Amino acid sequence: MSGIWVVLEEREGRIGRISLEAVAAAQLLGAQTGQPVNAAVLGAQTGALAAEAAALPLARVVRIEHGLLGAYTADGFVLALQQLIAMESPTHLVFPHTYQVRDYAPALAARLGQVLIGDVTAIGEGPVFTRQLMQGRLAGAYRHAGGGPCFVSVQAGAFRADGLGAGSAEVSLFTPAIEATQIRTRPGERFRASAQTVDLGSAPMIVSVGRGIKDAANLPMAQELATALGAELAASRPICDAGWLPMERQVGSSGQTVSPKLYVAIGISGAIQHLVGIKGSQCIVAINKDPDAPIFEAADYGIVGDLFEVVPALTEAVKAGKG
Amino acid sequence: MKIIVAIKQVPERDAQIRVDAAAHWIDEVGLQWALNESDAYALEEALQLKEKHGGEVIVLTAGPERVGPTIREALAKGADRAIHVDCGDLGARDALGVARLLAAAARPEAADLLLTGLQSDDLGQGQTGVIVAELLGLPHATLILHVEKTDNGLSVKRELEEGWFQQIELPTPAVLTVQSGGSKLRYATLMGIKRAKMKEVRTVTAAELGVDAAPVAVLERVALPQKQKSTQILPGSPKEAAAALVEKLKFEARVL
Ligand SMILES: Cc1cc2nc3c(=O)[nH]c(=O)nc-3n(C[C@H](O)[C@H](O)[C@H](O)COP(=O)(O)OP(=O)(O)OC[C@H]3O[C@@H](n4cnc5c(N)ncnc54)[C@H](O)[C@@H]3O)c2cc1C
Ligand SMILES: Nc1ncnc2c1ncn2[C@@H]1O[C@H](COP(=O)(O)O)[C@@H](O)[C@H]1O
Repeated sequence: MSGIWVVLEEREGRIGRISLEAVAAAQLLGAQTGQPVNAAVLGAQTGALAAEAAALPLARVVRIEHGLLGAYTADGFVLALQQLIAMESPTHLVFPHTYQVRDYAPALAARLGQVLIGDVTAIGEGPVFTRQLMQGRLAGAYRHAGGGPCFVSVQAGAFRADGLGAGSAEVSLFTPAIEATQIRTRPGERFRASAQTVDLGSAPMIVSVGRGIKDAANLPMAQELATALGAELAASRPICDAGWLPMERQVGSSGQTVSPKLYVAIGISGAIQHLVGIKGSQCIVAINKDPDAPIFEAADYGIVGDLFEVVPALTEAVKAGKG
Repeated sequence: MKIIVAIKQVPERDAQIRVDAAAHWIDEVGLQWALNESDAYALEEALQLKEKHGGEVIVLTAGPERVGPTIREALAKGADRAIHVDCGDLGARDALGVARLLAAAARPEAADLLLTGLQSDDLGQGQTGVIVAELLGLPHATLILHVEKTDNGLSVKRELEEGWFQQIELPTPAVLTVQSGGSKLRYATLMGIKRAKMKEVRTVTAAELGVDAAPVAVLERVALPQKQKSTQILPGSPKEAAAALVEKLKFEARVL
């Protein structure tokens, strides 16, 4: 077995940022194991992506091209990568932890009797892989046992891609054998839900509520704080799932990405899928009764306490501060 | 339609988390347990499909004896029967190991559809359903919000990143992992709770299924996450903390 392989993913015609972070993670593994780092791009036409990849500090770039890889399907990607693995016998495969990777990488790993160590946030000597447990309230250290390639996917933002540097990788083309009958799912075009009526993306102030608010009947309390601040009201996913606020007010990986001057998180635990949506905020305030809630790791200021006491007090203080 | 729903019992959301003495997992003594959130949505989707098209909903769970009440809860909501894979060593199994248990228990049922939640709230692997599909040789789709039966199989609505969606068609039998929020969850009625007591819960052991525990991805140690950022926690009564926060926001962060 030799070589570490990163599977790069396209985002709007370019290599996605999280894929570059996966390259950075692969380089950590390369430094530990002395293995070269290579990359694969998949699609019906991969020329542009491969050219971009070739300028990264990689040993080799393989273009896995096939007409049946034009629209993503789990079957197509598993078949194609299975053949790459058979050819190259990699020691490690590193993926960006995207929705697409979640969809096929576990099946690919299982086909080879392996298990994806998913959503990794750090790689230590060993290698030991850290991933979050209990929605970020606990960290787990994982090790890969037995023979065969080790599958790892990395969490968005966990590894730094800024210092990657440049390179000139050798590019080659590989045409996997895939039959149309092997693709069992028929994916449709991407579409968005009906037009948005609130633009949280450009809101300068946001007051956001999570499950700690307990009941829809308590929302007016948060709205009062929002009004006092001149802020938009937003929420974590469970609040929108329950229908207490419309979907368009959901912040996070499957909702809006926001970058306000001030983001006030009320009764939100700080799961990674929420945090990725608020990273661009200038100042984050968290109000939570649990001093160990992960949201405090993202916050600049925090108040540990019962939101039903803290929020009304804060509304009063904001009003007084303005008067 | 014959539908299997894989449900997992996980620690109650607000439960106090303590690392156990060996630092291998959390201390389960005194913990409250609940049905995993996305599994509740998977169950709801299954019950709605059954209401529309008829058939049977079977819940399937792997875990120790404590999962009993979670099984009853699913039966009370309307599932017809349950399969309990009794294993006390769930923590020693990785996602492939658990998926092998579930696949082995599901295989003889030859269901039309197998649903799982998209992610367990404790381990958060987001993999088990996809692996079960691979082990059973079935097509799958993930992050599903709605399922519609078509003449040739299914048409499902899949969530993509950043507010995008996609419709996917696939033949049955198939495996889907269900995202939260696709439909409104039902509560168990009093009648449902009464009926649940009479419903069949079949127990099989991991040994009977012929599945061993040796993991490939080994969880060696758990710990509280390392703090990296120095958040300013504002002390005092709610009133004092609120006043101090407004000062900070005005004069230090300058965002007010
Ligand atoms: C693929 C995928 C995509 C997702 N996309 C998103 C997304 O876009 N956005 C999103 O938000 N989530 C998303 N999630 C869900 C995410 O993982 C979390 O489940 C969710 O963010 C949790 O919401 P919460 O913090 O409101 O609830 P919880 O995690 O239940 O947290 C509630 C918090 O309130 C606190 N609390 C309770 N009572 C009080 C009180 N009286 N006073 C003060 N504090 C109190 C608790 O201590 C706790 O920290 C996604 C998940 C997956 C798997
Ligand atoms: N022990 C288990 N018993 C039954 N279903 C499970 C079990 N573990 C995981 N699942 C199912 O697989 C989904 C994904 O779990 P995970 O891969 O651990 O994130 C869960 O939402 C459940 O539907």
